[in-house]
Amino acid sequence: MNKTKNKRTLLEWVKSYTGQKYLTTFLFLLVPVVLLILFTVIPALNMVLFSFQERDELGLSARWIGLDNYKTLFTDMSYLKTFINSIYYFVGSFVQLALALFIATLLCSKIKFAGVFKGFIFFPYLMNGVAVALIFQRFFKVDDGGTLNSILALFGSDPINWLTNKSLNNWCLVFSSIWRYIGFDILMFIGAIQSISPDIYEAAEIDGANAWQRFWRIVFPSIRPIVALQLILSIKGATSVFEIPYVITGGKFDTSTFVIKTQEVGFTFHKVGLASAMAVVLLLIIIVITIIQKLFFKEER
Amino acid sequence: MEEKKTDLSKYSFRETPKFVKVFFTIMKYLILISACLIVVIPLVVVILGSLKTHADFLESGAFDLPKTLHFENFRIAFEDGKVMQGLINTAIILVVSCAGTIITGTMTAFVVQRFNMLFTRFIKTVFLGVALLPSISMQVTVFQIVHMLGIYDTLAAPIILYIGTDIISIYIFIQFLNNISVSLDESAILDGCSYPRVYWSIILPMLRPAIATVLVIKLVSIYNDFYTAKLYMPSDGLEVVSTALYRFIGPLGSKWEIIFAGIIICIIPTLIIFLSMQKSIYSNLVSGAVKE
Repeated sequence: MNKTKNKRTLLEWVKSYTGQKYLTTFLFLLVPVVLLILFTVIPALNMVLFSFQERDELGLSARWIGLDNYKTLFTDMSYLKTFINSIYYFVGSFVQLALALFIATLLCSKIKFAGVFKGFIFFPYLMNGVAVALIFQRFFKVDDGGTLNSILALFGSDPINWLTNKSLNNWCLVFSSIWRYIGFDILMFIGAIQSISPDIYEAAEIDGANAWQRFWRIVFPSIRPIVALQLILSIKGATSVFEIPYVITGGKFDTSTFVIKTQEVGFTFHKVGLASAMAVVLLLIIIVITIIQKLFFKEER
Repeated sequence: MEEKKTDLSKYSFRETPKFVKVFFTIMKYLILISACLIVVIPLVVVILGSLKTHADFLESGAFDLPKTLHFENFRIAFEDGKVMQGLINTAIILVVSCAGTIITGTMTAFVVQRFNMLFTRFIKTVFLGVALLPSISMQVTVFQIVHMLGIYDTLAAPIILYIGTDIISIYIFIQFLNNISVSLDESAILDGCSYPRVYWSIILPMLRPAIATVLVIKLVSIYNDFYTAKLYMPSDGLEVVSTALYRFIGPLGSKWEIIFAGIIICIIPTLIIFLSMQKSIYSNLVSGAVKE
């Protein structure tokens, strides 16, 4: 009926909804996609590429060396040690979740000042990481008035070298980490527990379930997806611990973590190839964890 | 996210003997009070210490009250310790990168979620796929790009990184848009609205709760971020709160009373914001995490 429709001018095309769609897509995505390519896609590709090279941080001297970087990572004890150290934080994340679940359950029961307790326990999550680390550096300090040793002195104990004793220091760092992050888990669990339908409680009441049974038969199954989510997040967190050990011990006395080591290798020793290989390994670990998470969540739904 | 809140306290369950009940109640409070003490004790030491003179600090025990109230430490931390500079720089970075994230994030989410084209589907997959990349260890290669762009050692470096690598915000916006009916857009288009107009007048106002969530998450993460600033802004005068505090360890290493004052100055803004918008921080963090 209308032949001019096929021969539209550019202006008309722009004004039409198809034209608008393409133009809007282009304009709206221009900046985000450029940023994505610059700061994520290129670095990710470079990371894989560099992991097979020997090069400094600005890439002035690049040389292909095949799998040597990966061989170094899996044979040199100083790198393997950082993997081993992440086990402390794995264990810590289980303790953290169990404790968080316990405290969340208490806070959801018949209790006065629940909001005040929740506020106190949650607040460290919002605190600056360096501040938290400095507070705990002081907390575990051995001489002149370290907080923990001062408390122990009240009970007549001699000062303990918390941060230099290699069988204690990583646990101290894990404790600091739990102190900082547990509030968030508690918050998530409280949200999940409060969204359980009241009908189920009524049913349990009629059946005469005790507190223990109510927790394991009603509360826990209902919040399992959130527990799983928090578990995965904590495991991911355990692989990338940085601030707390970096500020408290500087990674000394066997407390270095994978991320501290990566940045040390990359920016202090200027071995960008090796650091890239470490980043690739970390990425692979995270991908495996994420696949497990996806499988788990499919099952839940 | 509308959640049905259940007040467990309304439900009384089968009768247990009274003394058992009383015992459990006492235990509950004891456990919660000790949890709070574990949180508070390290902080009390910081507050007490920050008010002591250097001599008083060295002589007295960690839990002794200061002999006289000494506020000089706060002035030193604020001026010599560059905490003030840190607060200013952090504020600039926060405002610019939050504004940037909201603009680019909502625009990306709008296009990617509303236009079902091959290209937008591809972009969406890429955006969600790269969320896996471990950002801290990626800096090994991001560093060279930042250098190449000439923004190394400027405030622009963290700002651009916070805007450009924030996939979680885009994800939250997309999730939120999934729940906003397309019929609103369609009726606006029937009325002759252009797509940019639909974005501006319909989508953006509807996204307000999602924007609040993103703002809370970004506020917490940027204010507390240490690594980005430490890596990309080593110069004097470019401190953020975290790096200003970190630098205390060097020159002020033995003067813990000043470090303590610095810690307190840096926590006070957080505390004020927490106390004034506690409910909204809780709900936004929860809905943000659930959407991730």
